[in-house]
Order: sequence, then C-alpha cells, then structure tokens
Amino acid sequence: MIQETILAETKTAQTDKTFKGTGSQALLNGLIEEGVHTVFGYPGGAIMPIYDALYDYSDKLKHILVRHEQGGIHAAQGFARTSGDVGVVFATSGPGATNLVTGLADAQIDSTPLVCITGQVFAHLLGTDAFQETDVINITTPVTKWNYQITDAKEIQEVLAKAFYIAKSGRPGPVLIDITKNAQLQVEEFNAYVKCNHIRSYRPKPNIRVEYIAQAAEVINAAKRPFVLFGQGVILGTAEQEFKAFIEKSGIPAAWTILGEGAIPTDHPLNVGMLGMHGNYGPNVLTNECDVLIAVGMRFDDRVTGRLDKYAKQAKIIHLDIDPAEIDKNVKADVGVWGDCKETLPLLTDLVNENKHPEWLAKFRDYNQQEIDQVITAELYPTGDEMTMGEVLRNINEICGGDAIIVTDVGQHQMVACRYAKFNNTRSNVTSGGLGTMGFGLPAAIGAKYGAPDKTVIAIIGDGGFQMTPQELGTIMQFGAEVKILILNNRFLGMVRQWQQLFHDKRYSFVNITSPDFVALAKAYYIEAQMVNERANLRTALETMINHEGSYLLEVMVGRENNVFPMVPQGCSVSEIRLK
Amino acid sequence: MSTEDTILHRPAAPDYEGKQEYNIIVYAENRIGLLNRIAIIFSKRKINIESLNTSPSEIEGIHRFNILITESYEVVRKLSRQIEKQVEVLKAYFVTNDEVIWQELALYKVSTEEITEKVTVERLLRQYGASAVVIRKDYTVFAVTGHKEETDALVKALEPYDLIEFVRSARVAIIKDSAGFHEKLKEFKAVEPGEDLIENEFLEKGDKIFTM
Repeated sequence: MIQETILAETKTAQTDKTFKGTGSQALLNGLIEEGVHTVFGYPGGAIMPIYDALYDYSDKLKHILVRHEQGGIHAAQGFARTSGDVGVVFATSGPGATNLVTGLADAQIDSTPLVCITGQVFAHLLGTDAFQETDVINITTPVTKWNYQITDAKEIQEVLAKAFYIAKSGRPGPVLIDITKNAQLQVEEFNAYVKCNHIRSYRPKPNIRVEYIAQAAEVINAAKRPFVLFGQGVILGTAEQEFKAFIEKSGIPAAWTILGEGAIPTDHPLNVGMLGMHGNYGPNVLTNECDVLIAVGMRFDDRVTGRLDKYAKQAKIIHLDIDPAEIDKNVKADVGVWGDCKETLPLLTDLVNENKHPEWLAKFRDYNQQEIDQVITAELYPTGDEMTMGEVLRNINEICGGDAIIVTDVGQHQMVACRYAKFNNTRSNVTSGGLGTMGFGLPAAIGAKYGAPDKTVIAIIGDGGFQMTPQELGTIMQFGAEVKILILNNRFLGMVRQWQQLFHDKRYSFVNITSPDFVALAKAYYIEAQMVNERANLRTALETMINHEGSYLLEVMVGRENNVFPMVPQGCSVSEIRLK
Repeated sequence: MSTEDTILHRPAAPDYEGKQEYNIIVYAENRIGLLNRIAIIFSKRKINIESLNTSPSEIEGIHRFNILITESYEVVRKLSRQIEKQVEVLKAYFVTNDEVIWQELALYKVSTEEITEKVTVERLLRQYGASAVVIRKDYTVFAVTGHKEETDALVKALEPYDLIEFVRSARVAIIKDSAGFHEKLKEFKAVEPGEDLIENEFLEKGDKIFTM
C-alpha cells in the first residue's frame, strides 16, 4: 500500500537501463544517476552489503572514510554548502545513525541539502532490540525534512529519487533513508532509475501572487529610508545576481545574516555589513530607524532580531521567503511575498523605481565610522603585545584577497571571522549558523574542499571547538584534503567566558580549557604544522600555511580575554547595541 | 476579505485573540510515521492535543486528521503552517467550533439489573437519546453521540447506578461551508508539475475558513 503510493507519486520518464542485482547495487546506481561522485561515510555491520557493493564502484563513487559519523555528516554539509549539490553520508545502524543526529539538526536549521543512508537490522529483527538496533526514523524525525525506512529492495529506487528531490527542492534540508539489511541484500529485477520531479502532497515553491509583489513595490517606492536584510535564501536560490540587480536599481542598503554572507561581495557599495548580536553598529541601530524593512530569504532568528517587541516597530515589513511557515513566524509582515526569490526578485526589480538614497546611506557610513574608530581599528591593527583574532583575519584578507573559502567553527573566532573576512564570491562562507555546533569546523572544511577543489579552504577554529572533532585529522591524513587549519587559541572557551565576564560578574565557571600540543598532534597525523605567538612571525606563518602544498595546521596564540564587540546583549533591542 | 487589510495573505482576525478551541483538519498521505511527525509539532512547543482522530477521507488514499487544541489564533496559524510544511501533508486547515459540525461517540456499560429495576435510568437514557448496542444478562452497553458536555452529563447521571465502564471517541468534525474541501483536494491530486494552482482561494472566504 505504502509502496504503491510512492510509486504512483513519482512521475516517470523511462529509459531502458534495466538490470538484475541487489538492493545495494540499485542504491549505488541511483546515487550515480543523481550525479553523486563523493560520499562521506563509515561502515558497520548493518550497512555491510552496501559497502560490499561499493567495492566495485570505487571508480565512480569516491568514498571518504571519516573517523566518526558526526565528522561524516559535517563534511557532507561543508560539501553541500560550497558545491550547491546534495551531500551524501553513509552510516551503519545504532550508534552510527545516532552519531548523525547533531549534523542532521544542524542541516535542518541551516537548510542544507543532505541525503543520509543508514543501515538497519534485518526487517524480521525490527523491534526485538537486536544488536545495534535503534529507532532511527523516530529519533531523526524532528531533525529531518523527510525520512523513510526501506524494508524491501523494490522501494529503493523510488525512495532514493524522492529523497534527492525533497532534499534539494524548495527550502532544502536533510533527508534520511534507513535501509534494513535484508533489503540491501535482496536480489531483484530493477527498472531504469528515474529521477523524481513531483510529489503530489509536496509543493516546494508556493505560487507567486503578483498582487503581493505589486504591493511590495508600492511600499518600497514610497519609502524614504528602506533597508534590506538578506539571508542564505539568496544563495540557496542561486539568486545572487537577481538580488544584486534589485538593490542596485533601488539603491537600498543591504545587510546580511551570517549565512547570507558572501551572497554579494563584501566590497559592494550597498553592502552595509552584518546583522545581529555581533553584527555591525549601523545595520543594528538603523533597523530601528528605517521606514521599510525588506527581508529576503532570512528567518528573523533571535540572534538577528534581539528583543522582538522592540524590533523595527516603526517600519513596514516586507518579507520574501520560499517557506510560507517563515512569514509572520517571528516578525509580522505587512507584505508577505511567498516564492522562490530567484523568481520574485526580478518581478519586484521591474516594479521598483530607480533610486539612490544618499542621505540614508550616509547614516550607515557615519555609524560605520564610529565603529571603525571605537572597535574595528583596535581589532585589526592592535598596538598591544597580544595578537587579536581580527588582525589574523586582516592578514588572511590581504593574502587571499577575498577569494578563499572560510570555514568556521562556533564561538568568538566565528563572530570575528564573519565580521572581518572578505568575500568576493558566493558559497565561500561555511559556518554553523542556527545550531551553533562546536566541532563543525574541521570536518565541514574537509567537505568544503571536496565541494570546491579549486579553492583555498581555510578552517578557522577555536581551541575548544577543535578539541571536539580532532579525530578528522585522520581523514585528512588518509585522503589528503588540502585544508588549511587555523587554530585561534585563547586558552579559554572564549564566548562563554565573555558572557561570564559581562553578565555573570566574571565568575569564570569551567571556561578555562587546556589544550594538547596542537603542532605535535598534527605532526602525529603527518600534517605540517607550526605555532606562532608573536606578531612579528604572523604574516610569514600565514603565508607559509596558505602557500603550502597540502594540508597545514597553524596555531596562533591570541589574547586571552579579548571580547567580541559590538554586542547586542541578550534580551535587549538591536538599537541598544554596545560598542564596548 | 477586508480591503483595508494590507496583509493579503492573512484575513483580519479581530475576534481571535485569546485562547479558544480550534479544530485543525489535515489531509495527508497515509504513511507510517506521519502521525509522529505531526504530533511532535505540538509537543515541541509543549502544546497538548485534546483530541485526535485519524480516518480515511472522501478521497481514496488520503487520510484526514482531526486535531483539537485550545490555543490562540496566532499559535494555531503557525502550527498549521508547520504541519502543512511536512512533505506528506496536502493541506492543513483550522477552524473554530462555530465553523464545524462535530460529534463524539460515547459508550456506557451499565448493569442490566440496574436498568431493569430502576425506572429513572430508563428515563435518563431516553432523555440523552442513548441506544442499546448490546444487551446481556450481566450488563448492557449504550451508545450516545453528541458533544462532550452532553456525553459527560450522562456519565454524571449514571454514576449512582453502577456505571461499569465508559469510553468516548475523539472528535470528528465536518465543515459547515457547503463546498467543503473536496474540490480543492481533487485539484491537488490532478495537478501536474509546474502547472499553476491558485493559492489559498479559501483564504478569501475569510469569514468561513482560515488556512495558512
């Protein structure tokens, strides 16, 4: 019954590549048909038939053996974020599958397209507490866009096709397929693989209603102080050019969420910087002074909005989003424009008047100057003995010119990297935004390199976050992903320490973290490494790292108790942003 | 739809502040695990489902969930959107009690001896429109359909007369609007990829029905 439903739903375009084989072979053929060339995974008992089949596919499917399934899924996320393709992960049942959960939650909240394949015990053992049996479907339901358990090989092709379609269409997200061992082994006559492009109950894109666009244009054309906020939706919708055309015609200043960063170049004259808790001064303050706020492909996360009842109350809100559930969720829209921004933005651009808002833009510049004077100069060009994270970023910008892919972990270094890194290109900023997953950086950087092999990939990681997933050095050692690992070591769990300093009377409760000799650790994995603790050696060390052929680890000792500013304290309005 | 309301996709809702009972009606594929997927949308927000019924709908292969919760308009609207976002959900509607006709079925097991001996019991049963489903020497089972208040009242009335067992079903509700959802859903079934579908035309009957 269920199977029939799925079969009936998938529209077909037959070719004549039928074959007889196992469910595992059907799965791998399907992956190849979907254009997959790289898989991150870790074998185990319940997924052995798939790995057995993989043995014969090594010329078509590159399998990267990670050191932990969490590393595997973060790598797949990094791959998806830089390449724009679906990331694929293999894991076994039980602990293999549960180790994926953090990555699934991260991909779900950051809308990253993934297809995860987990092995499961034989169908006849389901529910018997068999060895390495866990209820993967129910464990992963809240953190997947869709999931499905296959117990019969005849379902494999249709379910896989649906999985890819669901993962990448509409608002992307992670999908998990759990396949029992018997289905992996089962021999069947398989039809040619058919991609899915329609599911009757699923509408990835809401239809565009031109009257909303007309209304949005009317509001924008009447605006004196319009302000655009953009998020990852612009990147996921490959609408970077459409977005740029919109702001350039309307002359509206635009600020980004951390996942939207890089959708337009850092140097674009209308790019006024970063929103939110550690964002730039002007964009935060002026959110509460604009008369029209145009949100594009972003979801008004609490780290962006601060206190909601004091957020942009004076402004008319226009919200463009592909996911209808986002409109009015946190901030009520006066005009909600449902749809794919790649389609809605050009329609809106046609209707908006050409404009420049010189006085309004000057306000952003004024605030920016204040921020430069009070925060940025001291961060980028410190005069004290201690090195700052900001000066490391400035040097990277000078060496790479904004063309590197910057992968970050979570914490102070992440905020500093997002604030100061220069990006010329889209899909260059890879970070764990919504979930804030420490340990994301190293494995995500490995995946990012496979997703963008021609780019320099720099993983900027704190001393705390690095110690959450250091095992992935083993993956780099074995497969040679050319990742430049930059550890910014302040010998503290810096962000928590900063909060304890500012909001908990400097009661430093368990933020004093010690580290191993990172250089020796890297060398134990045959990865070149060095440590710098003096400014005089910083530039050369960074150049050595970036120009080194192969992966490299550079540890930079930075000031222990530096804070990231500006900051919107939790529970405060964006206009109450502090510069110190 | 009110022309003053600038928010085209949201009917003005002045009367829907504060909590009240809402019937969320969900049309979905009949798929293992979907009930869990829908239930966690409520439990994630610590919202209790007061009544839940799943059944086939008028369209073959499509299941209908009737979910009853007490919440504010805003919360229910957000919940409905989250439900509708699920891949296997075709549509989620939500309506107040004024906009639906609903029934619950209650079964009462009472001692046959009590029934036959005490005339007042018989009168009670007549009064509540109960029908006998099973009559045995030791007990009799009566059925009553109605609203919770009605079926509850009979429980109270029967308590002194040895009510052995009582059970009440979840609520089933049907929309008062004559067109119903059927035509709309047929469109969903027939629509080809890429073909235009009018979004939310039910919204424009804001006084009759609310959806996303």
